Amino acid sequence: MNPFADRRYVFLILFAFVAMIFLGRLFYIQIIDRSYRISASNNVLRYVTAYPSRGLIYDRNGELLVYNQPAYDLMVIPRQVKNIDTADLCTLLAISKEEFISKIKEARKYSSLKASVFLKQLSAEIYGAFLERMYQFPGFFVQVRTMRKYPKNIAANAVGYISEVDENTIKKNSYYRSGDYIGMGGLEQSYEDILRGKRGVKIFVVDVHNRIVGSYLNGLYDTLPVPGLNVVSTLSSSLQEYGEKLMQNKIGSIAAIEPATGEVLALVTSPTYDPNLLVGRVRSANYKKLLTDSLNPLFNRALMAMYPPGSIFKIVECLVGLQDEVLTWNTVLPCNKSLVNCHNHPSPLDLDGSVQHSCNPFYYMVFKKILYGGATLELAKGEGGTSEQGLNAWRRHVISFGLGSRLGIDIPNEKGGYIPTSIYYNKVYGKNRWNFYTIYSLGIGQGEIMIVPLQMANITAIIANRGFYYLPHLIKGFGEHKMVLPHFTVRNLTTINPEHFEPLVDAMEKVVQSGTATRAKLKDVSICGKTGTAQNPHGEDHSVFIAFAPKDTPQIAISVVVENSGFGGTWAAPIASLMIEKYLNDTISRPELEKYILDEDFIHPKAEKKEVNKPERVD
Amino acid sequence: MRPNRGIFGNADWIMIWLYLVLVFFGWMNIYAAVYNEDHGSIFDISQNYGKQALWIVTGFILALTVMLIDFRFYLTFPYLVYGIVCLLLIAVVIFGKEIAGSKSWFEIGPFRLQPSEFAKFATCLALAKYLSGLRVKIEENRTKITSSAIIAIPPLLILLQPDAGSALIYSSLLLVLYREGLSSRYLWTGVFIIMLFLLALLFNKFILIGVLGFFALSGIFFFRRSRQSVVVILLALAISSGLIYSVDYAFNNILEPHQRSRINVLLGTERDIKGVGYNVNQSLIAIGSGGFTGKGFLQGTQTKYDFVPEQSTDFIFCTIGEEWGFLGSLLTIGLFVALLARIIFIAERQRSKFSRIYGYCVASVLFFHFAVNMGMTMGLAPVIGIPLPFISYGGSSLWGFTILLFLFIKFDSVRLEILR
Ligand SMILES: [Zn+2]
Repeated sequence: MNPFADRRYVFLILFAFVAMIFLGRLFYIQIIDRSYRISASNNVLRYVTAYPSRGLIYDRNGELLVYNQPAYDLMVIPRQVKNIDTADLCTLLAISKEEFISKIKEARKYSSLKASVFLKQLSAEIYGAFLERMYQFPGFFVQVRTMRKYPKNIAANAVGYISEVDENTIKKNSYYRSGDYIGMGGLEQSYEDILRGKRGVKIFVVDVHNRIVGSYLNGLYDTLPVPGLNVVSTLSSSLQEYGEKLMQNKIGSIAAIEPATGEVLALVTSPTYDPNLLVGRVRSANYKKLLTDSLNPLFNRALMAMYPPGSIFKIVECLVGLQDEVLTWNTVLPCNKSLVNCHNHPSPLDLDGSVQHSCNPFYYMVFKKILYGGATLELAKGEGGTSEQGLNAWRRHVISFGLGSRLGIDIPNEKGGYIPTSIYYNKVYGKNRWNFYTIYSLGIGQGEIMIVPLQMANITAIIANRGFYYLPHLIKGFGEHKMVLPHFTVRNLTTINPEHFEPLVDAMEKVVQSGTATRAKLKDVSICGKTGTAQNPHGEDHSVFIAFAPKDTPQIAISVVVENSGFGGTWAAPIASLMIEKYLNDTISRPELEKYILDEDFIHPKAEKKEVNKPERVD
Repeated sequence: MRPNRGIFGNADWIMIWLYLVLVFFGWMNIYAAVYNEDHGSIFDISQNYGKQALWIVTGFILALTVMLIDFRFYLTFPYLVYGIVCLLLIAVVIFGKEIAGSKSWFEIGPFRLQPSEFAKFATCLALAKYLSGLRVKIEENRTKITSSAIIAIPPLLILLQPDAGSALIYSSLLLVLYREGLSSRYLWTGVFIIMLFLLALLFNKFILIGVLGFFALSGIFFFRRSRQSVVVILLALAISSGLIYSVDYAFNNILEPHQRSRINVLLGTERDIKGVGYNVNQSLIAIGSGGFTGKGFLQGTQTKYDFVPEQSTDFIFCTIGEEWGFLGSLLTIGLFVALLARIIFIAERQRSKFSRIYGYCVASVLFFHFAVNMGMTMGLAPVIGIPLPFISYGGSSLWGFTILLFLFIKFDSVRLEILR
């Protein structure tokens, strides 16, 4: 046989030797040494989450928009709830027995081993009373965290709010646990990762009565929470506050941008709501109320409301015409009211006058020329191309103004509006079954074309910059850093050559000096603007005005929409003018104009319709 | 020759039953380790235990396949299998998915495959094939060098990932050489080197060399008449000193700080610092709190709070210790020792040298896993991430061990037909 067969015993002895060592060790730690059992007795350790303080939000001048206030949540670990006097606890917490049972059930559904919120935001009295008697209620303890507070009650839609995470979020993102808060809407949502910080955990040793005996191993395994970073917003809280004041009792929005950077100075939507309504125990009730409000205060009109732009679109049309070489500043066209209606003004007009007086037939003819004779069609002028080619060429220019799709502002729910495509018309009318006469209203910013107020303000910024824009954004910096995110510093160019802008700026100045928006005139500041009327098939038209100022060193570009208030020169223009004055001068020199705006109420039906000096419908 | 009673007819059912018991016991404990009330079903595929069910079923299919294939196939192609596995080990370093700092996994759709788990049986096959060769004699240096190379190549490739734990396993195959007739001098030298290794870590190198020098001088004085003995003693002293120096150098300059800490904690030269001693401390609390009879199935509290990391893979024994107590631990250890002893017994009854060597390889690899993994959870061995065979969660490891064991069961079932 094999001479080394006996060596098998070396193996068997080795196995037995190791097994004996293991059994000896196990016998010692499982049976003799009781310290392990003590340190693992069922309730010995309690993990108390140390919530980081959420970052604060400041405006561009360092004024607080959002801060924190402590709140006390009652937590429960269902498995540890043993032998408690339920009735006593219900009385202490001022809840009914049914509530108690449903809440326990809910907590158990989440997990019977992990802590979940039993009752949110205890009042100070209940918190104090419970703390004294906590030892009688094993399984219950109090967790301190912070609630959001809004000192100025402004910018609710831009800032957003925080609410408890839902189950879907918990499933998708392993960071969140039941009872955690998460930013919803606005900056709170977009910069959640920066604002929330990082949870820490404190481990306590508790006795069988659920009383804290001390910290576990002197805090060796505790982790400190990392506080969230503060966020500095580009908003100017004084301008935002003033805008919200001017828009009271009106439906609509204001968007103001600093053209040189794309920083959003104000983002007003009206009606809005008090952000403090969405905090604490009252949050869900108030949220339901806001959600069912017929005026929809949760709807951020500045980003989400789509309007046909009306006459303000003529400035885009004018630039496209110049670029396509169907227009020059010397072009003169008659106001031919048989083509499309217009109002009374001198005729014929040159391009400059057409902007100043917003002549509809003028742009009717310009659009026709663009469709059939534009240089970008690369067709010999006069021969003409198909309507489809013409529309495609026109659309390429238009979308370079940031229209037709979302701009990409750094808060959620932005809408992109709509610039119709030839595919769309082919679907509606059939290929080659439509032409200029089907779609001519695009030429004066009506028909299928839709844009949102932020895009209006952005077009204004493009004119102010003479041909480019930066993505509008609400973040100015976070933490210690005043850093700007790289994609907000990319200069977006339009397809229009820069030299076409200057004469347009002059024309827009005349709109305010002696055209359709003389109500926006401001002493010592040259404002350039354009009025518009967004057609509303459901009622009175919407008043629209865009403007920037000062003319040569633009610091603010603004769009104002006042729904159901008719012509843009009447309401939107003075509001924009007051906003510009507030931002540039910080004082208002025209109290009577301000009062005229503040007193107007487009929401509540008037007892007697007083005739405000309604001007002729010029637009 | 006994009549052929189907592929399992001649199989050793004791090994198969031990295998089945270990696999099911493991599955129960993975369920207990991961269990929470939200995901109650043991077949829930989103959880580790649900996936383990899948691995177990596919493992059975693999075992059946191993048994069905003609044994001549295994005798013919060991080097080919070995070569393919080595290529896979190289490929994983290049194409693998990096997880926790090492590239040990291929990612195929939602699944991950760890080639190092399959390198074990391939190396065992190759080693058995080589050593059972007609003209191979263990005393020859050529044999020693070739066997060492077969054993050393896969771990060297695994070190590239890097995965030191999986690489260390191969050292257990040196035991097989001992069984096949390697002089016991090597065994004692091995033990001496390991002792020296530990001493070098524990004590100052100069003191250690001084003490050795003192013994050497006494030896020289004692054997001063034999020139040969003096030379051997001087040579041994020189080699030992070199080893002490290189251990000291490797420890301080080559090992990563966390590896250094693990060794220091284990040797007791460093206090439980946060993070390093944490796992072992929590593991000890979990096992220790189990007491004599344990807390009962699913009643454990320590492993469920994520106290113990890797609780369903490397630290699965914590759950056994906590929920089944000393009795459950005794049973687990008993099952392993029974399986190992059975393998040795079966290996010795083989007529074929190939089958016997393969059997010893299987026993050595399983033993190393068993000893290091269990020792680690009890604070007796350093925390190196290797699974407890058949019990730990993981598709690759379960498949690898299943193939490893069932190849041996296959060889045994046809022992009357294999001649060499
Ligand atoms: Zn006209």
